[in-house]
Amino acid sequence: MLSRPGRTILTVLGTVLGVAALVATLGIAKTAGNQIVQTFDALAATSVTVQPRDTGFGFGGSRSSSNIPWDSEERLARLNGVVTSGTMTRVDTQGSLVTAVPINDPLGRSEFSIGMFAVSPGLFETVGAELATGRFFDSGHSERGDLVAVLGPGAATRLNIAIVDQQPAIFVGDTTLIVIGLLEDVAQEPGLLDSIIVSNGTARRHFGLTGLSEVHIRTEIGAAQLIGSQAALALSPVDPGLLRVSVPPEPGAVRSAVEEDVNTLFLVLGGVSVLVGAIGIANVTLVSVLERVGEIGLRRAVGAARRHIAGQFLVESASMGLVGGVIGAAVGVLVIVGVSAARTWTPVLDPIYPLAAPAAGAVVGLAAGLYPAWRASRLEPVEALRQL
Amino acid sequence: MTPIFELDAVSRTFPGSPPLEALRDVSLSMDEGGYLSIAGPSGSGKTTLLNILGCLDRPTAGGYYLTGIDVGKLSDAKRTALRGQRIGFAFQAFHLLPYRSVMENVITGLLYNRVPRRERKRLALDALDRVGLSERRSYDPRRLSGGERQRVAIARALVSRPAILLCDEPTGNLDTKTGSAILDLFDELVADGLTLVVVTHDAAVSSRAGRTVEIVDGVLTEGVAA
Repeated sequence: MLSRPGRTILTVLGTVLGVAALVATLGIAKTAGNQIVQTFDALAATSVTVQPRDTGFGFGGSRSSSNIPWDSEERLARLNGVVTSGTMTRVDTQGSLVTAVPINDPLGRSEFSIGMFAVSPGLFETVGAELATGRFFDSGHSERGDLVAVLGPGAATRLNIAIVDQQPAIFVGDTTLIVIGLLEDVAQEPGLLDSIIVSNGTARRHFGLTGLSEVHIRTEIGAAQLIGSQAALALSPVDPGLLRVSVPPEPGAVRSAVEEDVNTLFLVLGGVSVLVGAIGIANVTLVSVLERVGEIGLRRAVGAARRHIAGQFLVESASMGLVGGVIGAAVGVLVIVGVSAARTWTPVLDPIYPLAAPAAGAVVGLAAGLYPAWRASRLEPVEALRQL
Repeated sequence: MTPIFELDAVSRTFPGSPPLEALRDVSLSMDEGGYLSIAGPSGSGKTTLLNILGCLDRPTAGGYYLTGIDVGKLSDAKRTALRGQRIGFAFQAFHLLPYRSVMENVITGLLYNRVPRRERKRLALDALDRVGLSERRSYDPRRLSGGERQRVAIARALVSRPAILLCDEPTGNLDTKTGSAILDLFDELVADGLTLVVVTHDAAVSSRAGRTVEIVDGVLTEGVAA
């Protein structure tokens, strides 16, 4: 083995590449997975949504089938870990067109079909709504069923309303609403941007709202899973099974999903490289057996048993595998560090991989040497000595 | 006194068409401390006889007893162990391992005999001393002359203190002068009590041996035909 360093290096190279590919793959997958969790959207990770489960039974309308209580906000506020919550329900305005002026202008279009949402006051904070001007409505507006509305920026532009100081009115069919606030933006539920937003009480009293369709909950960081498991019971103690709770995927699940995606392809590539490396070692060991038939004969003549001969070649092939594994592990770690440095990531690697890689290399080498070693051990000493 | 080895009507036939009868009904025995030369033309069965004596090969028929042990009844592993303990080989082509020092080559003769590591070195030095090459112990054998290489090979054969030293054409690759130095060494070894069997077609070797047999076409005859 040492007498032909060039050949040994070339042989070991296959294992080096294979092991390096494996170690680098596992490390980069882990590093990238970790990176994804670090930049994981904190907003999405603390967002829980509750909707009525589609029971399949034909209640008259979707609203009336709802099991979401009107006092959802109060109920959820009692749960430890809930920051804010609010309900959000699309209101059916029976096709009423919306206009900001009571006169029908024949020259310009002034009537629009604009969607309407009924929300509880807490929803604004829950979806991260920001006001451009004016104010949100509060629980007082809702209880009294005041005819006030907040407009999304899209709806406000269409209705040509930019300020609310003068308490502009809009007309939804025959109902007049006073605009008290205009939204600037929302972090979630962009559907609100193009809509008229009224309180639940207003919608019940003036637009025939009979039930709620969605509860949005913002939780403390890390509490989403817990709240997810408690929300249904808090909202519908009698039959929590009627509610469907959507929680963000667990960070760990995201990480392992990413790792799996990256891993599969490269593990296959690394496995193929290791296999090629093993075949290389097997090939060279076999050639080495054929070249050293004389030496085998001599060793047999001086008392070496078959197992001694087999052992000698197994040790050689396993050593090549081991050396390949050690170098491969080092190269793999360097690749991980290099990639991480280039991307300014934090390199993450389970220490078991670089430690296990040399052992894996040795096992591969050992397996590769099995056949050549068996061949060597079967040589008859008389035959072997004759070939010198 | 039991003979150190005894061949009892040994035949060795190699399968093939037609089968090759390398040895026919050979009977030969030898006492400890003897010096036997086996002569004969090429292909006459000399090396086959040496292989059987060295437990490298088994007779097809007949019995072979080495120091009273029936070799034919031993398993392959036991035959190997017996070979390692009782037999030393020296070959025409020396068979030294390249890339290993003279010392390491000599130690090869002890590797499979359960000799402790420290003991190996001492025994190897003794054996090199015996053949007069202890000065060259760290040399690569490729830097040695032919005569020196054969001495290293003999040291390797002697290091395990075998009962018999078997030599196959030991002077075949050497010039007359170097060959005769090897023969002087053989004389000394025999004088020290070693049993020596030399296969040769070199008359000079045969003339030094205490006893000479000749094989022609697998048939052994005592003495050398003129």
